Amino acid sequence: MSFPLLTATAALPAIGAIATAAVPAARRNAAKALALFFSLATLVLAIVILVRFDPDGDRYQLTESRSWIAEFGVRYELGVDGIAVALIALTALLIPFIILAGWHDADPLETGNKRWRPTQGFFALILAVEAMVIISFEATDVFLFYIFFEAMLIPMYFLIGGFGDRAHEHGEETAATQRSYAAVKFLLYNLAGGLIMLAAVIGLYVVAGNFSLTEIAEARANGSLDMATNTERWLFLGFFFAFAVKAPLWPLHTWLPNAMGESTTPVAVLITAVVDKVGTFAMLRFCLQLFPEASKWATPAILVLAVISIIYGALLAVGQRDIKRLVAYASISHFGFIIMGIFAMTSQGQSGATLYMVNHGISTAALMLVAGFLISRRGSRLIADYGGVQKVAPVLAGTFLIGGLATLSLPGLAPFVSEFLVLAGTFSRYPVIGIIATFGIVLAALYTLVLYQRTMTGPVKPEVAAMPDLRARELLVVAPLIVVLIFLGVYPKPVTDIVDPAVKQTLSDVHKKDPQPEVEAAK
Amino acid sequence: MNPVNYLYLAALLFTIGATGVLIRRNAIVVFMCIELMLNACNLAFVAFSRMHGNLDGQIIAFFTMVVAAAEVVVGLAIIVSLFRSRHSASVDDASLMKL
Amino acid sequence: MENLIALLIAAPLLGAAVLLVGGRRLDAVGHWLGTLLAATSFVIGLVLFADLLGKDAEDRTLTQHLFSWIPVEGFQADVAFQLDQLSMTFVLLITGVGSLIHLYSIGYMEHDERRRRFFGYLNLFLAAMLLLVLADNYLLLYVGWEGVGLASYLLIGFWQHKPSAATAAKKAFLVNRVGDMGLSIAIMLMFTTFGTFAFGPLLGTHEEPGLAGGASEATLNGIALMLLLAACGKSAQVPLQSWLGDAMEGPTPVSALIHAATMVTAGVYLIVRSAAIFNLAPDAQLVVTIVGAVTLLFGAIVGCAKDDIKKALAGSTMSQIGYMVLAAGLGPIGYVFAIMHLVTHGFFKAGLFLGAGSVMHGMNDEVDMRKYGGLRKYMPVTFITFGLGYLAIIGFPGLSGFFSKDKIIEAAFAKGGTEGWILGGCALLGAAITAYYMTRVMLMTFFGEERWKNQPTRSPQAPSAEPAAAYGGDAAAGHGAAATAEPHPHESPKSMTIPMIVLAFGSVFAGGFFSIGDRFLHWLEPVTGHSHGDSPVSALTVTLATMVVLVIGVAVAYAQYGRRPVPVVAPRGSLLTRAARRDLLQDDFNHVVLVRGGEHLTRSLVYVDHTLVDGVVNGTAASVGGLSGRMRKLQNGYARSYAVSMFGGVAILIAATLLMRAV
Repeated sequence: MSFPLLTATAALPAIGAIATAAVPAARRNAAKALALFFSLATLVLAIVILVRFDPDGDRYQLTESRSWIAEFGVRYELGVDGIAVALIALTALLIPFIILAGWHDADPLETGNKRWRPTQGFFALILAVEAMVIISFEATDVFLFYIFFEAMLIPMYFLIGGFGDRAHEHGEETAATQRSYAAVKFLLYNLAGGLIMLAAVIGLYVVAGNFSLTEIAEARANGSLDMATNTERWLFLGFFFAFAVKAPLWPLHTWLPNAMGESTTPVAVLITAVVDKVGTFAMLRFCLQLFPEASKWATPAILVLAVISIIYGALLAVGQRDIKRLVAYASISHFGFIIMGIFAMTSQGQSGATLYMVNHGISTAALMLVAGFLISRRGSRLIADYGGVQKVAPVLAGTFLIGGLATLSLPGLAPFVSEFLVLAGTFSRYPVIGIIATFGIVLAALYTLVLYQRTMTGPVKPEVAAMPDLRARELLVVAPLIVVLIFLGVYPKPVTDIVDPAVKQTLSDVHKKDPQPEVEAAK
Repeated sequence: MNPVNYLYLAALLFTIGATGVLIRRNAIVVFMCIELMLNACNLAFVAFSRMHGNLDGQIIAFFTMVVAAAEVVVGLAIIVSLFRSRHSASVDDASLMKL
Repeated sequence: MENLIALLIAAPLLGAAVLLVGGRRLDAVGHWLGTLLAATSFVIGLVLFADLLGKDAEDRTLTQHLFSWIPVEGFQADVAFQLDQLSMTFVLLITGVGSLIHLYSIGYMEHDERRRRFFGYLNLFLAAMLLLVLADNYLLLYVGWEGVGLASYLLIGFWQHKPSAATAAKKAFLVNRVGDMGLSIAIMLMFTTFGTFAFGPLLGTHEEPGLAGGASEATLNGIALMLLLAACGKSAQVPLQSWLGDAMEGPTPVSALIHAATMVTAGVYLIVRSAAIFNLAPDAQLVVTIVGAVTLLFGAIVGCAKDDIKKALAGSTMSQIGYMVLAAGLGPIGYVFAIMHLVTHGFFKAGLFLGAGSVMHGMNDEVDMRKYGGLRKYMPVTFITFGLGYLAIIGFPGLSGFFSKDKIIEAAFAKGGTEGWILGGCALLGAAITAYYMTRVMLMTFFGEERWKNQPTRSPQAPSAEPAAAYGGDAAAGHGAAATAEPHPHESPKSMTIPMIVLAFGSVFAGGFFSIGDRFLHWLEPVTGHSHGDSPVSALTVTLATMVVLVIGVAVAYAQYGRRPVPVVAPRGSLLTRAARRDLLQDDFNHVVLVRGGEHLTRSLVYVDHTLVDGVVNGTAASVGGLSGRMRKLQNGYARSYAVSMFGGVAILIAATLLMRAV
């Protein structure tokens, strides 16, 4: 048996989490270094996966399969397709930056208590989330996926509720209250989704007799497993609901602004750039493959919700006064694009959606982390508290602008490619939806530029006059992300090459073909 | 004598015991009422044993007695420590189990 | 030779990257590096031009395929370039005028401590603009399209510490985004209809018509109208024109290069490039001509009322581009003339802006023409070059504008029918107004009494005045210190006057050079095609009519501004004047309907999100909490009550069992 690469990739951060948590209280910096080391080692393994993966080979590669709970047919089955590979790479890429950006975010305020080890906990939790996210991307057993999909909530809950921005405009007391509200809201929303999904998972077992994604999908495809129309629809809705909460789709989105607003910026990035991607990824992998007919049945409704998300999220972003909440609403708009691309059921739409997941992760990380650096300097999240930063901290302003331009999908930066693919893919089948969604690009320009204008331009406010520019560590976080954004904007082929075959197979699962152009080239 | 009469007696004893548990406040009395219920059950078991003509009921009655003995040991210990801490044997004084 | 095309873009792109990433180390040489790379691009352009001239007229097309950009199933976008006569014309205009303006900026921005960054942005603009005209498919064109928008955003807002500049930059980007939306919908429509958006297969060539011919007229009209929307945004045509006036907040070289000579003409390029689509979409073409005609009058009227010299010129730019769009809407009759006017306009309008910049440079950055006057004595070079540009734009016989504008008016009449008469009439009327407002600018600036004497400039009434004292410090030494004193008009340094002289040269001779033997027509015809149409009026009649309206316009302006002294404080003016000063109320409309409406919408949505969407969830949570609060009362801790519930439960169970038995 060959080396279990996928298990190792997920296990490494888990081991790292335990190791980091075990570091003694006084050796804070050792814990940080250890966490960074493990995240980088995971990145190396992710790159190995990327290299070993053959886009033209089998659908699921590097597979592992072991018996686990034999009584219920639950197996420990792992395997990756192109979509999963791309997202694992994204996760492994972002975590080191998240750790580096949060270097000082969890330093204990007073060092008197020898047994108090918040720093160790913070980084261990981040690594734990990474491990669970990676294994969710790898699992091809529905039950195995479900376990980690839910287990992720536990470290996330502590990350949101336990660590917050140092400075808060209403004092530490209010901050703690709001933080615990946000954490509980996050937990309840996702638990509710997970509970419904659990029912659907059990239902699936009753109907199919096992939990193997590959077996069920194959049986669905060749007709040996028939589901009654209503059964399929109910099961689909059960799965979809959980993923739509996680993604999040309007109107299940309200936990995201709270969670992103109250948590520290690295955790906010972790939520939106990494954890939420599991939701959209799972739609693509589980909803479409397991329930192709029901997916098609639900498509119109989901597309409408997605378009509402796009416009609604963007409009609300315009109306926000808080930088982090603004980015959160912008993300809701972007998740609308991703979900729209998935359910447009065209190769451009789904390739674009997958690419969008990757690009959105990187661009939001860039924008949000710079916003975090900004916030940590002034100690306020309110847009109105800033002004003229561009003059005192030009590099910070410049990177902030690039992050913002990526968010508004400026051509030349990575998000443009994915956004245009999603729009074109949607338009070719649902022109009206496509056109409405296109309004989103105007609104995106509005909220980004308004944010930039209010914070960075104009006369220098006295409170920001002494603001230092980006430090070396901060630049080390932002610069590589910007390089990746530009590279993938100019040359996205490496990603599309990996993703494309997987999308083709997913489309054939749902028995959909791309609409053909009305006017064909004369051959 | 008709064994059914023993069952009537058992039911009567059980009802007395149950009523005592519900309305009395003195822990000792409540405790005695519980014993009364247990013994009512024993009586019923023995009566059933007689009616069915096998020994099952009598065996269970022995089990019950063992359990009752164990219960007396634990229960009295609780009552004594309760009395020591509260200087009262009223069950209503020990209402710590509410949320 | 093809491989040079990428270099054309790479040179300024490299400059932008080096200058923007390089940091303060490059402050000393940054401007020279930027200028050098712009000039490099121009030289490469000339080499390619020579190469094209050496070929037959029919195969003067070079293509270069760099790499596959977005390869997805059924969707193919490449990074590939196409250089034909149309692109070549633009390349020379962009790099030529661009290099001159780089040179000019060295002097103009001398006192700005962020000069290096300015040149970085300018180089970025050149790269994006070249990408726009060299792309061989619409998606890559879109990259350049938004790229120039970004450069324009950065440059308009270059003096970011001024809230007005930051607002103007944001406005320009947003209005452009509305246009960009049109372009992306057009590309999506092309993709859906034809499965491709590359010029080659879509538009075809002379011998081989492209796929465009196979689509229904409705689809083509849709595509064409969406392209027109894009063009309106970029080229400041009604109804998306409102950003151009505000864009004058940017440094003057930017106004000259981006908002007069090159970027704003991208819309015309788009329409002419898509000729194969527009030719098959007559309804859309009609709309194009209407937009052009309306804008040319709109811009001209606005230009008449502005006292800010740059805003007056901005109105004029709008109006002149209106001419080009009008010509482009006329189809094969007009394409060539649209481009010809575009090129000559590039010369004289850039020259006029640089002249205006030179005047401002000498007048402590005062922009209000009412505080100028009699400057011809103090700035002879500026006066002469500006004057030549003025003569060119009003269409003085023999100068550039005369040839190109005349042709457009002629072509408008040649459209035929009632439409022809109306469009031709509008174009003629526009020519009269052009003569009027340009004469006004000329007289107010260079003639008459010296109104700047005995009063400090930069009065509070000129809020949009351009402070070159941008960042305190060094800059203040040059301009800021004198800002409150009486201005001392002086001629600008050589690095500024040389570009003006070169451009003036172009303004005088370009038109004639192009027209002799219809050189320009023969050069472009293989790409755009050409037909003469049958004009109801002869060419001579049109020329004479143009001359007549020209004289009328100049005479009226002279009567108003030459013979009478110009008041320093603007008179109240007629209703039309007041409306024109406010850009014919477009901004007020936008403000009330879009800005206010949008604010209310977002505010109410924030409220809805908080109370309704979130409220449902919080309400559920609250009611669950309330219910459990009531339930918890049952847990009172009395052993008796637990015992009761146990007895009750057992009783119910027994009753249920017995009942089941009985049934």
